[in-house]
Amino acid sequence: MSLHGMAHRPRALALIMAPFSLLLWLAGCAGSGSQPPYAITAGEIRAPLSTVAPDAARGRRILVSRDSNCILCHAAPETGERFFGNLAPPLSGVGSRLSAPQLRARIVDPRFFNRESIMPAYYRVEGLTRVAEPYRGKPVLSAEQIEDVIAYLLTLK
Amino acid sequence: MCSITILLAAGASLVHGAQPFRPQPLKSGIEFSSAEVRALQHDDFSSPAMLWATRGEKLWSESAGASGKSCASCHQDARASMKGVTPRYPQIDPGTARLVNIEGRINQCRTRHQQAAALGYESDDLLGLTAYVGMQSRGLPLNVVIDTQNRRHFERGRDMYYTRMGQMDLACTHCHDRNFGRKLLNDTISQGHGNPYPVYRLEWQTMGSLHRRLRACFFGVRAERPAAGSQDLLDLELFLAWRAQGLTVETPGVRK
Ligand code: HEC
Ligand code: HEC
Repeated sequence: MSLHGMAHRPRALALIMAPFSLLLWLAGCAGSGSQPPYAITAGEIRAPLSTVAPDAARGRRILVSRDSNCILCHAAPETGERFFGNLAPPLSGVGSRLSAPQLRARIVDPRFFNRESIMPAYYRVEGLTRVAEPYRGKPVLSAEQIEDVIAYLLTLK
Repeated sequence: MCSITILLAAGASLVHGAQPFRPQPLKSGIEFSSAEVRALQHDDFSSPAMLWATRGEKLWSESAGASGKSCASCHQDARASMKGVTPRYPQIDPGTARLVNIEGRINQCRTRHQQAAALGYESDDLLGLTAYVGMQSRGLPLNVVIDTQNRRHFERGRDMYYTRMGQMDLACTHCHDRNFGRKLLNDTISQGHGNPYPVYRLEWQTMGSLHRRLRACFFGVRAERPAAGSQDLLDLELFLAWRAQGLTVETPGVRK
């Protein structure tokens, strides 16, 4: 089966796959050292990844920073930035479309929803290849940073 | 349980046996460039890349190494002898049975025939000679043939092209097949063809090889960067040359 064939796989199969990728991911997660555990249930991660109080202002800075790359793909005019990519749907209004548990699941593991997603999994460290040394074994964003980003996204009503 | 195994196996076979394809319609990177960049590439008098091609032209007839020979001693007038050469590269070198690209071939001539030291991969001299040799094929269609000798390299290059990598977990295909024409922040993504290389890149403020550009893409997805001239990049270059069949040589190019 080619990669390109996969892109057009019917949605139904993606739904069938979802529970299995959850199983796989739980298995993969068991061994990961310092990362707090998380579980995707019905498309949500209910519990915050961190106990630190989230900060929306910090979240905005993370969203536009070179390290997180969100605006490489997503437009978010509310941030006040001038340049955005258009590889992904705009984030405007996302806070009224999705709840915190839904946003969390999408940032932690976008491929849970769309196996062919181009969005990086911001909290996954397993199953990656050829990762450059400075990033090896580390998630793109920390638990605290993800909670900050969620707090900011929730302000985009 | 059995059905799970089958589904998982289907997922795992993504890469091996991937049916490679060419983006349709096939478009050269210059078509995704700004009017300013296009104007620079199309005008030899204002193209900064021509400084390197001119350097290459000069080196062509300068003797080098213990042999005292120049490129011209063996190949005479490059305008005739080098026409149609780059479209066939990378190719298998009969002497060593290894895959070489134009840079590698030039360096083989230096060491074998001129008895001179190999030129550094991103040196102005090697970029200059590569630009000058490539320029003789401007407008000719890329024409690598995949056969029993180079197939293994082609397949390695192809598999790399479709494999997600780096902390960003993206493959070449995600940007250059599925998202060309779209914006990654303020860069318009092209189909990722090597036909104008080496190019003068405004962002680098200098000339750079195809391998330098590929290393930038590895860096972008936070993957380990293979060295310029490494087997990984040669294999990828062969796959890219196959994939770009139908386009013509545009060396020396200009990019943002
Ligand atoms: C390389 C591209 C890319 C990057 C970088 C990226 N995303 Fe995405 N994102 C996508 C795509 C494409 C989708 C659409 C769904 C899919 O295909 O997974 C998406 C979907 C989403 C959604 C769901 C939107 C909706 O309306 O349903 C959210 C929320 C989101 N991204 C947030 C983020 C945040 C926050 C970051 C950075 C921390 C980020 N994305 C970085 C490509 C990207
Ligand atoms: C996250 C997106 C992304 C990924 C993944 C990516 N590239 Fe690129 N690539 C770019 C951008 C942006 C450019 C600069 C604009 C352009 O020319 O496409 C570029 C440029 C290129 C070019 C030069 C095209 C030209 O006309 O100058 C080639 C060749 C290329 N990429 C090949 C690859 C290969 C091979 C891979 C995988 C090893 C890869 N890219 C992975 C985004 C990407």
